[in-house]
Amino acid sequence: MIRPTIAGGLFAGFLLSAGLSATPAAAQPTGSATLDAVRARGQLVCGVSTGVPGFSLPDSQGVWRGLDADSCRAIAAAVLGDANKIKFAPLTTQNRFTALQSGEIDVLIRSTTWTLGREANLGLEFAGVNYYDGTGFLVKTAMGVKSAKEMDGATICVQPGTSTELAIADYYRVNKIKYTPVLIENLAEIQSAFLSGRCDAYSTDSSALATFRATQPKKEDFVLLPEIISKEPLGAMVRKGDDKWFDIVRWTYFAEVTGEELGVNQKNVDQMLTSTTPDVRRLLGLEGDLGKALGLDNKFAFNIIKQVGNFGEIWDRSITVLGVPRGINNIWNKGGLHYAPPMR
Amino acid sequence: MSENTTIAEIDPVPATAGATAPTIAAANIAETRPRPSVASTGPVGWMRANLFSGWWSSAVTLVLGYFVIRWAIGIVEWALIRAHWAVPMGANGQPDPSVCRAATDGACWAIIGEKYRFILFGLYPYDQQWRPSICVVLFIALFVVSASRRFWRKELLGVWMVTLAVIGGLMWGGFAGLPYVSQEQWGGLPITLILATFGLAFAFPLAVLVALGRRSRNLPAVKLLCVLYVELIRGVPLVSLLFMASVMFPLFMPVGLNPDKLLRAQIAIILFAGAYLAEVVRGGLQALPKGQFEAADALGLSYWKKTSFIVLPQALRLVIPPLVNTFIGFFKDTSLVLIIGIFDLLTSGKAAMTDPVWTGFSTEVYIVLAAIYFVFCFAMSRYSSGLERDFSQTRNR
Repeated sequence: MIRPTIAGGLFAGFLLSAGLSATPAAAQPTGSATLDAVRARGQLVCGVSTGVPGFSLPDSQGVWRGLDADSCRAIAAAVLGDANKIKFAPLTTQNRFTALQSGEIDVLIRSTTWTLGREANLGLEFAGVNYYDGTGFLVKTAMGVKSAKEMDGATICVQPGTSTELAIADYYRVNKIKYTPVLIENLAEIQSAFLSGRCDAYSTDSSALATFRATQPKKEDFVLLPEIISKEPLGAMVRKGDDKWFDIVRWTYFAEVTGEELGVNQKNVDQMLTSTTPDVRRLLGLEGDLGKALGLDNKFAFNIIKQVGNFGEIWDRSITVLGVPRGINNIWNKGGLHYAPPMR
Repeated sequence: MSENTTIAEIDPVPATAGATAPTIAAANIAETRPRPSVASTGPVGWMRANLFSGWWSSAVTLVLGYFVIRWAIGIVEWALIRAHWAVPMGANGQPDPSVCRAATDGACWAIIGEKYRFILFGLYPYDQQWRPSICVVLFIALFVVSASRRFWRKELLGVWMVTLAVIGGLMWGGFAGLPYVSQEQWGGLPITLILATFGLAFAFPLAVLVALGRRSRNLPAVKLLCVLYVELIRGVPLVSLLFMASVMFPLFMPVGLNPDKLLRAQIAIILFAGAYLAEVVRGGLQALPKGQFEAADALGLSYWKKTSFIVLPQALRLVIPPLVNTFIGFFKDTSLVLIIGIFDLLTSGKAAMTDPVWTGFSTEVYIVLAAIYFVFCFAMSRYSSGLERDFSQTRNR
């Protein structure tokens, strides 16, 4: 079996390189190596996690579910016209960036925080934010704590080596409060340590805390403190130097948000084709050449909304079911941060 | 008819005689020898001698016995009596484990019922999972056949080739109406078996060659190479080798010419297992008396004949326990591919327990995973002790 794999790999590599070198001579050169590779392969390869609830997690049937998984599907729908022409590559926090740098994957959507260091040093760039997260604190209601600043001398359960650990250290240093971190790597263990009372507070991304709280038998026994002490914008990453591909990934996200803003959803998108509203007609590719300008089909946004849904639908399906409030992740005209530039 | 009646009439007589005779004998013995007290023989006697020989040992026995029994009752109660084997469907058509959550003192085996196919086969397309299940059966059949000494012939190599080809064909598909499934979608138990089987099947011949090379006297370059290989690989943990294969290696390759992640991990495992097995084999070579080599030389055998007919059969026989030890270790070490995102048995089990609907039932999943690993490892160790017994018969004769 080993030998066929090597042969297969070499053969696939040969096909790929042949495809790459052949594209300039092909009928429609797009000027984007990634787009050409995806089209030649007939499949988008999207890097996801090995299991983060709400973002990318296989269900009991092995189908990837979550915000990140659906963001990947939306790109496949936009580029190839079929949300199912996709291959998910499960990656750990250690090998996620290499996989993108080496071209194993076309886009990385793996609840990855957008920071200056990452964008400046890795040769990769962020094409959009699909979740505005931040570090929060969960405590037991019985403690009677109302604010993170009241927790002087508290023990806090936190995963080592995470941005959470750094955020807490910074926060308590600034506020001159003492605390004892209890460092536990494994997610299941850290949760049981908190439940059994080994630590007073459990700290991680507020989305994960809300999920954890929602799955407890008695939610009202736990309370999320109001402080969100760090900014964790999570989003999609692409390789630098392929601006056309960057545009496609970015405007796929904007098309989802615009769909929600204009009220175009999976159910009514077919009726919307008869709409007279200019914005809707431009979004769905009935007027203008917006898709062509990106190097895509003019109906790319129609395909996204028809096959995957608008941003609100993706959100509800993945995140709302976990019991996480929408908060700052609403669209801009409902008090949130998700804002799409005009599509025209 | 008449014969039957006769037998029936005669029959009771010897039966009575048979029953009385031993009673008489027993009574005679009892008269001639003092009857051993009940307390010094049988299980009672054993317990008196070993568990209650003094007040101190009695106290320890009672305290430990109390804890063992309490613990056993607790386990049985948690795992069987108070356990939930199934949960009702929720409003959204998905199973709703709130029954399990309400009663926290029992196991929730319903998570296994819901997730067992995902744990066993990972991301493999759901409606095609009969294919990996056949592969697992084929793997086990292959192990059983190869374990039996009756089948140790040249044909066995052919059987292996054919079976592995069939397994590959089934897993990949892409012919005869079977949809193609790429390696990225493989997962669960088949991945564990593939990594372990191929890892050891390729590592073992490599190990024998390296061990021979390391002991060769007249080929210094080969010897140096073998020493370097063993020491370099043994000097780093398997995790870092997997990292190199998964993170560093792709950066050195041109885009598109990058072998698959599973293959890279497989090669790392082969190289690592090879180094360890080589040292085990070398131990066997060194344990062989010098006279064996000299006798083979005296017969005028060539190097390869000497090695394959005289040296290796004896050397390998000597190192069965450490060999199996290494095999078992590597079977479990395959779960380290977790860190590079390959969905082996452990990874898919972990993903199954991350499902927010089912969080909090990780113990149940871990128990099932442990049971699966245990079955394979225990079978290996039983087999090896049987093999040792068979082989030592020839030596002890």
